[in-house]
Amino acid sequence: MTDQRIKPVVMPKWGLAMEEGKVTGWLKRPGDRIAVGEEIVEVETDKIAGVVEASEAGVLRRAIGEVDTVYPVKALIGVVADADVPEEEIDAYVAGYVTPSADEAGEEEAGPTYEFVETPAGRLRYARRGEGAETIVLVHGFGGDLDNWLFNIDALADKATVYALDLPGHGQSAKAMPEGGVEGLARALLGFMDALSIERAHLVGHSMGGAVSTLAANAAPGRARSLTLIGSAGLGEEINAGYIAGFVSAASRRELKPVVEQLFADPSLVSRQLVEDLLRYKRLDGVSAALEALSGAFLADGRQKTLVASSLAALDIPVLVVWGAEDRIIPAAHAEALNGRAKAEVIPGAGHMVQMEKASRVNELIGAHVTG
Amino acid sequence: MARKISMKQAINEALDLEMRRDPAVIVMGEDIVGGAGSPGEEDAWGGVLGVTKGLHAKYPGRLLDTPLSESAYIGAAIGAAACGMRPVAELMFLDFMGVCFDQILNQAAKFKYMFGGKAKTPVVIRAMVGAGFRAAAQHSQMLTPVFTHVPGLKVVCPSNAYDAKGLLIQAIRDDDPVIFCEHKNLYGHEADVPEEAYAIPFGEAAVVREGKDVTIVSYGLTVHRALEAAERLAKERIEAEVIDLRTLSPIDWDTVLESVETTGRLVVVDEANPRCSIATDVAAHVVQEAFGALKAAPQMVTAPHTPVPFSPVLEDLYIPTADAITAAVSKIAPRAMAA
Amino acid sequence: MSTNPFPLDKADLMKAYRTMRTIREFEERLHVEFAKGDIPGFVHLYAGEEACATGIMMHLTDVDRIASTHRGHGHCIAKGVDVHEMMAEIYGKATGACRGKGGSMHIADLAKGMMGANGILGAGAPLVCGAGLAAKFRGDGGVGITFIGDGASNQGMVLESMNLAAVWNLPVIFVVENNGYAESTSVDYATAVDSYVDRASGFGLPGVTVDGTDFFAVYEAAGEMIRRAREGGGPALLECKMVRFFGHFEGDAQTYKAKGENDYNREHRDCLKIFAARVRETGVVTAEEFAAVDQEVGALIEDAVASAKAAPLPSARDLTSDVYVAY
Repeated sequence: MTDQRIKPVVMPKWGLAMEEGKVTGWLKRPGDRIAVGEEIVEVETDKIAGVVEASEAGVLRRAIGEVDTVYPVKALIGVVADADVPEEEIDAYVAGYVTPSADEAGEEEAGPTYEFVETPAGRLRYARRGEGAETIVLVHGFGGDLDNWLFNIDALADKATVYALDLPGHGQSAKAMPEGGVEGLARALLGFMDALSIERAHLVGHSMGGAVSTLAANAAPGRARSLTLIGSAGLGEEINAGYIAGFVSAASRRELKPVVEQLFADPSLVSRQLVEDLLRYKRLDGVSAALEALSGAFLADGRQKTLVASSLAALDIPVLVVWGAEDRIIPAAHAEALNGRAKAEVIPGAGHMVQMEKASRVNELIGAHVTG
Repeated sequence: MARKISMKQAINEALDLEMRRDPAVIVMGEDIVGGAGSPGEEDAWGGVLGVTKGLHAKYPGRLLDTPLSESAYIGAAIGAAACGMRPVAELMFLDFMGVCFDQILNQAAKFKYMFGGKAKTPVVIRAMVGAGFRAAAQHSQMLTPVFTHVPGLKVVCPSNAYDAKGLLIQAIRDDDPVIFCEHKNLYGHEADVPEEAYAIPFGEAAVVREGKDVTIVSYGLTVHRALEAAERLAKERIEAEVIDLRTLSPIDWDTVLESVETTGRLVVVDEANPRCSIATDVAAHVVQEAFGALKAAPQMVTAPHTPVPFSPVLEDLYIPTADAITAAVSKIAPRAMAA
Repeated sequence: MSTNPFPLDKADLMKAYRTMRTIREFEERLHVEFAKGDIPGFVHLYAGEEACATGIMMHLTDVDRIASTHRGHGHCIAKGVDVHEMMAEIYGKATGACRGKGGSMHIADLAKGMMGANGILGAGAPLVCGAGLAAKFRGDGGVGITFIGDGASNQGMVLESMNLAAVWNLPVIFVVENNGYAESTSVDYATAVDSYVDRASGFGLPGVTVDGTDFFAVYEAAGEMIRRAREGGGPALLECKMVRFFGHFEGDAQTYKAKGENDYNREHRDCLKIFAARVRETGVVTAEEFAAVDQEVGALIEDAVASAKAAPLPSARDLTSDVYVAY
């Protein structure tokens, strides 16, 4: 009995490891009309807090998930339906709903699976989602990894084939840092695209990944169909050098947590598990050396020295710049650095990790940019 | 890349990676190759529970089966460490410290200080600890407090495979003598463990569960009992924070105090006997340093002041249970507080 | 020019004499200074036993490791530990070999291959098995030598170590310094076998008993064992029968000894006198040359005592430093 007019709101699965999540607050009340992409309910996992957005329009008919209660992934936490669907049908739907077990969910349903590819820069990890004709490659920033795109990769997969990779020295990729700092990473990105036969792609770079993407686009004309630079490095000299130094040196949870909190407008998003995951990464042999080499290569005297704004001017491709208004790592003022060369969007209420904090808005912007 | 492996495999992998990285790393102990000089297979055992299995073939000559003389080979490991090697000696059961304690207590622990800072003794002594194996009084003790008491020694007791690998790698790279306690009932316990080498710094406790109402501090096997208790307490709307000390010397006082300052309540769970234990140590320190933050008297959940019994029915009573932990929490965090 | 009948050239004979004389002077002076009450704790003097430490150590270099006993000053000096630092350590000074944290019983100098005097009797035996093992892995030809008193040779860890050294074929020498007394207890009472060589053979180790007051006997027997060990021939045991001029520790009234025993030993069994007489007889070294050494050594010890007395005491900060490399 599947009534196409009734749409479940379920506990989402963000990333491979997520098995359950806690409902922390409803942003809509039963009876509220909901548009596609609107934020419905706040959910917290042991890694990160996020918001469930409406994938279809309708009226919120039931808010089943109780605040401060943990539900397994795919559990029914709400119901959206047209206003004319009778109450009894909604009740019957709720009563008949069975949460699919983790095993039942297909590979594709279970969140991004990780794969590895051999490249000239070593073995790199990546995730691939979607089957669209266009290709998007998501490039994380300094100290980040492909899970920085947790809230973006699935949403963008509706429109394109999406890849997210761990750059060398990051995540679960090889830890040896290629020569040449950010330029070296740009070569590694192109090597990654070669290895997977990605001829042309929309490059989406966050923070240092923005500079990496720009340099790659510049080095291999024609390979980048467009650029999206999110809180990007390379557009001005100012940077929170204390953050970089703190991130590199922090060896314990107590040292790292306040450093990582600077990434978000809302520091409460930084969970115990998020910090633990970062520590697990930082403890791997070779990571300290990689991060030290990389920060040494793109910073001098506390300022950015790999500046890419001028090379952007020469590129004949669409450029979108996105920033969190409350970015405490690289000032949002840099969004205006391109001065008409790019479409710029500064999103209020978000920090440096704007693609996580305001995922729906960022997804919408990227979607429009790559299809437009 | 991470995959699920057991604590036993994680320890094997740590030894493997460090032997590969550093030729000064050698491993010695009774039966660690297993079958040396016997008519059968050479690598028959790989340790009594197979922890070192397979390493002999990879590093011929660097795994040394020893005669049954703990005093001699633990001492030899310490002597070799003082002469520039990085030996990992397996004492099989920590209970066997009785026959080699001088070398640990009066030699390894003292060299650095007694020789005016000039000595360096990077030895690791691995040993099984803990009850629940039906192994009775001489193969089951949690003797962590004995070693924690001794300045000059570092004491580690991991609760899971991830920590075991990272802490053992740190122990081997560490320049001080380390007593590495492996709970035999955790050998089969699986966790996500990266394939690469990584070192977990000593003196950094893990907050394995966050909560605002009570702090439960433990290490080793009883961390899992504490988590089990915390799950049950959550159903009564009591949110317990669970801290896994991971290393007992050095110990991460900051994490413990920070947590108690938030929760105001402390329960320490220790599989050791109760007197002069990790439990009394943590409770006393918290009372001294954070008395003002405490809303109730700290509680200690420990083994009784008895040897470890043999009969399963008795041994199960001996080890601190989730029930006992829940009861201790309930005593100082009444349900009313959740309202 | 007289011919040299000894297995050492003149320079080495002079070196051996200088070492034995330095030990003797060091210990005799400590005996005097200790009685003044300036030296904390207790000291165990090696006077009378010099030929053993010296006869063995003449064969060693810094790659060879030794583990000593509570009666360790002689081993330290013969292994090349700085006399000034030793004296300062015994006075508990910041400039001491162990910065005043070890004292007489724990003087060590790892760089010189001296793994420490040791307050735990017999504890050095397992440690030098480790030293021998390390030398074997490194392939540097080093040997490990442990000194054990007749008393400590009854410790289980010593016996375990003999077996381990034999099983692993380690370049290790067990030197039993048999001075007849374990503190106050006679070796005849406390040790069930007549010869420690019998004990060694029980573990498959070759063993030799020598007169420990005869430098040349010790030198030759030790030389053979050390050469064999360096070449991969495995461990051995050397028993040196010798005499202890002083008590177990300073302040020991020595009432367990026979009347006149110390006087007899000083007269007839003084290894230093025996050595000097034999060498002088051949004319290889003259009395004047020995006297010049005596004078130099006297000045050295005088200076060591004076500077130890004048040296600064450790500071309160030193109490808590050096427990760990990093904590």
